[in-house]
Amino acid sequence: MGMSDPTPEGRFGDFGGCYVPETLVPACQELDRAFRAAWADEAFRRRLDDLLRDYAGRPSPLTECPRLSAELGLRLLLKREDLNHTGSHKINNVLGQALLAERMGKTRLVAETGAGQHGVATATAAALLGMECTVYMGEVDVSRQELNVFRMRLLGAEVHAVATGSRTLKDAINEALRDWVATVERTHYCLGSVMGPHPYPWMVREFHRVIGSEARRQCAELLGGDPDVVVACVGGGSNAAGIFSGFADGGSELVGVEPAGGAAVGRGTPGVVHGSLSYLMQDEFGQVLEAESISAGLDYPGVGPEHAHLARTGRARYENVTDGEVLEAFELLSRTEGIIPALEPAHGLAWISRERQALAGRTVLLNLSGRGDKDVDLVMGLQG
Amino acid sequence: MSGSRPGLLEASLRAARDRGRKCLVPYITGGLEGWEAAVEAAAAAGADAVEIGIPFSDPVMDGPTIQAAGDRALAAGATPGGIVAVAAELDVGVPLVVMTYYNIAHHMGHRRFARSLVEAGIAGAILADLPLEESEPWTAAADDAGVETVLLAAPTASAERLAAVCARARGFVYAVGLLGVTGERDALAASAVVIAGRLKEITDLPVLVGVGVSTPAQAAEATTVADGVVVGSAVVRRLLEGEGPEGVGSFVADLRRALDRSGP
Repeated sequence: MGMSDPTPEGRFGDFGGCYVPETLVPACQELDRAFRAAWADEAFRRRLDDLLRDYAGRPSPLTECPRLSAELGLRLLLKREDLNHTGSHKINNVLGQALLAERMGKTRLVAETGAGQHGVATATAAALLGMECTVYMGEVDVSRQELNVFRMRLLGAEVHAVATGSRTLKDAINEALRDWVATVERTHYCLGSVMGPHPYPWMVREFHRVIGSEARRQCAELLGGDPDVVVACVGGGSNAAGIFSGFADGGSELVGVEPAGGAAVGRGTPGVVHGSLSYLMQDEFGQVLEAESISAGLDYPGVGPEHAHLARTGRARYENVTDGEVLEAFELLSRTEGIIPALEPAHGLAWISRERQALAGRTVLLNLSGRGDKDVDLVMGLQG
Repeated sequence: MSGSRPGLLEASLRAARDRGRKCLVPYITGGLEGWEAAVEAAAAAGADAVEIGIPFSDPVMDGPTIQAAGDRALAAGATPGGIVAVAAELDVGVPLVVMTYYNIAHHMGHRRFARSLVEAGIAGAILADLPLEESEPWTAAADDAGVETVLLAAPTASAERLAAVCARARGFVYAVGLLGVTGERDALAASAVVIAGRLKEITDLPVLVGVGVSTPAQAAEATTVADGVVVGSAVVRRLLEGEGPEGVGSFVADLRRALDRSGP
């Protein structure tokens, strides 16, 4: 069973859809048409591929981890999305959406950001293409990811600190949607994960498919086949969707790792927020709960609808890890392999490390979705 | 159009229009301190129906005033069931309509939510993030129970889309007056009159303009074309600022006078 396209209405099984205020429906429909046309247009694909290679630095390497593998008793491979320009996988999607926005005649990008990685990537693409850029970021995240705020401003973006609700990613998305409702005629909402209204969950996955396609080719060269297990962290789930899409039609186990304080698949129930029907952490009345995670990028109470579908059909499974386990994994990879991961993919490694006995002797591919520079300050503070 | 007999909300707005009266529908956030009395005061001051907001944690169609009111109500323990139960006790003589976001109805269950509204004597419902394409499971349950689902019509819609929205709307058509979220504005957007005019050409349902209608003068201006207005943030702000139900009543009376003066 692979990861196929959603229905024309944007459904992955029971999940997905397009639940937006009426004002935005025509914009979502226009985006759907524009994406289908662009994705079928060789010139568009070539331009994106050229940018991914010459600007973002793709393909990203597949790295063996001999010392950590020996310590864990398994064979660990890393897909090095941390080595992309701007330091995470986010650039894949953003370059695609920015080119699409330009093609649609939009002159301004708005984006939400949690850890700041998507905001930085969007600000970068806007600078590259000469577009205006506004990024919404929760106040809590602005203070815990100061470096990324400064980077976005350096890149010419306007950064707005969002002071409502939980003051994290969820509220940044609310504010970005409100901006888009008011500016939809000239603005493209550059959504940063496989969530939101159709066509975003599908489109963003397609822009990240390059991760999985490369990784599968690289695994074939290195291993002569697929790895036993493919692991990725899941907030909204974009890096996981990207790498899973390369392996979903094969035999690899797919494991998404959520933060314990934001485990939408693990602890949520079906609900609708931010445009789609998916698993959601909510109270008994349908009010969305606030997630709580050390990682600003995963601090989100929902999850992309395709992940809800993969979980329900059993093609992927979703586990969760605690902040403490994540910090240990962050240090473990730094010490044993000389790679400082972002706190987000450290969730994936935390699960691998915890399950090392069950995984003994197996080949495990982890999507190392971002580098840890942005988190060093926070971890330093925690170590006092 | 539905072909079936109009519900209480539509019938009552049509009757007002037939008398040459412009329709006035104030919005009040349920669960906010003093909200029940504010609904009564608004009705007594000349509202033709009252919208009761059921707060949602992530109100993406709302600006700062309605957000703040919703947050305050939720912090005070407001729940959908609690608000509906209180509304059931109100005897205001005009139809009540709830406005909320889809997850509230989805979570309670379409049938259960629709039935709870009917049992409370609430005539209609507006779900701000449930567009036409996704509306069927809800509208089926609402139609069965006898709840009129008001749909929004936005300036961004094509002629075909507006026609489809009008065909499925019950009660009235909610014309979104501008590109943006709810909130007070210094002037009525030009788009308010334009969207009302586009809708009036294609539907016989009452057409009410909301979003960005903030003052008596703006209400009068919008109803040069529209059948009426929905006024939310300007009403709710008065409650937030401590003016109480009396403040709401006197503001609604001001709106009423402005609409009556501008009438035929």
